[in-house]
Amino acid sequence: MGADGQCTEHNCKDCPNREQPAPVARRSAVSWILSGGVAASLVSFFYPIVRFLNPPNIAEAAVDEVLAGKVGDLKANSGKIVKFGNKPALLVHVNDSEWKAFSAVCSHLNCTVQYQDSTSQIWCACHNGIYDLNGRVVSGPPPKPLEEYAVRIRADEVIISRRG
Amino acid sequence: MERHVAETNRALKTGWLEERLGLQAIRELAEHKRVPVHSSMHWYYFGGISLFLVMVQVITGILLMLYYRPTVAEAFESVRFIMTRVEFGWLIRSIHSWSANLLIFMVFVHMFSVVFTHAYRPPRELTWLTGIALLGLMMAFGFSGYLLPWNKISYFATKVGADVAASTPLIGEAIARFLRGGEDVGGATLTRFFAFHVVVLPVAAAMLLMIHLLLVQKSGMSTPPWIAASKVRQMKFFPNFLLRELMVWYCTMAVLGALAAIFPWELGEKADPFAPAPAGIRPEWYFLAQFYTLKLIPSHVLFMEGELLGIFGFGLLAVLWAGLPAWAIRKDGSARTRLVVSAAVFLVAYLVVFTILGYVK
Repeated sequence: MGADGQCTEHNCKDCPNREQPAPVARRSAVSWILSGGVAASLVSFFYPIVRFLNPPNIAEAAVDEVLAGKVGDLKANSGKIVKFGNKPALLVHVNDSEWKAFSAVCSHLNCTVQYQDSTSQIWCACHNGIYDLNGRVVSGPPPKPLEEYAVRIRADEVIISRRG
Repeated sequence: MERHVAETNRALKTGWLEERLGLQAIRELAEHKRVPVHSSMHWYYFGGISLFLVMVQVITGILLMLYYRPTVAEAFESVRFIMTRVEFGWLIRSIHSWSANLLIFMVFVHMFSVVFTHAYRPPRELTWLTGIALLGLMMAFGFSGYLLPWNKISYFATKVGADVAASTPLIGEAIARFLRGGEDVGGATLTRFFAFHVVVLPVAAAMLLMIHLLLVQKSGMSTPPWIAASKVRQMKFFPNFLLRELMVWYCTMAVLGALAAIFPWELGEKADPFAPAPAGIRPEWYFLAQFYTLKLIPSHVLFMEGELLGIFGFGLLAVLWAGLPAWAIRKDGSARTRLVVSAAVFLVAYLVVFTILGYVK
């Protein structure tokens, strides 16, 4: 209030013409509700899409043991790939009395390995990874050995099973 | 914040992006585009609704393609997998099916609104023609997509549809062979329909749609002849009309979501080529009027086979309808409004009555 009793500022507390702040507050409340509603509905549109993109887990029957074939099917110093659940396994007939089996999935980048009779080693063609007949890395990029499976002969059947 | 927006705007106008994209033209278009405001302007929204539903179809279609497998052995099982195992799969498929049907309905509404407001008048003849072609494509989408779940109803509906095409004189058998990919509906048909549905038709539709929208931009919105164009108030398209259109899309999405959730689209039973056709077999509703008409025509009319007569009739009707601007416009450029409205009322009445009869009987 000035000296002559007149208002000098609109926000003067005693002024009867003081500006009302209410409409601004109402507008911002409406704006919050509207944008909140839009945001919520956008979430409701995109949430199902994101969930849809996520492939469902298909329960594979857990396999611990498979019948890999007959003893006579695989001559000594040779190997073959057999199905172990949904993954390949490598069965190696080392010599007349010895059989070996490994996961055939290379520990480097998941290629399928093979047995090389000329060197009696396991070789991965993708990046020239080489393993010995204990599954240990001999050379090349694989960081870890191959998982070894147990092999036993029952009558004339070769059976591969997970260890431990 | 405001300073930041202003800086961004300035950068867009004069900066790097402007140099490379030439956004000025788009800004000017947005600034100058106007929409006439009058009592019939609500009809303008139906083209936009159709466009929105096309976008929904593209998005949900791509999603479904992530799991769908187009072989006889796996098609039905993969759709069942989508509906039962994939999270929200039932919803995505239901939205795709409902949206497809709503889309065709909205395109029909859009088309008849163009006729009743006489928006086909020069210089919009090509807009009309591309629109009719788009309607044809949408129906082809429907026909090809119907078979993809490989269920009983769709299998027999496709058999009947291909047979109807086969009765076209001279080229009918070739068309049917082309559609089926062989003598009968089978694995080859499914692969073909999948290719049509996800590659051929989308490419054709995208090109036609672009031309259609460019033509709409070029000619602007049509004002009905009973409203003097000079007296019509104009509304800015951006942002005034666009915001209204977005609200309409929002409501469309709500209706679509509700329909899809409350009435989920069924899968039915797997198709078996050696099982008899199930009772009550009928095509999608937008082919029902034609389907029922073909049922009514006797097997022989004078020297012609009934089915052939029906196909001739539909062909003639389609040509006449597509060529509407040719016979509806007088030499002085004005429309024969009474003739057009009578024809359109007759066509709407025929479609509505015969669709209902086809459904009930």
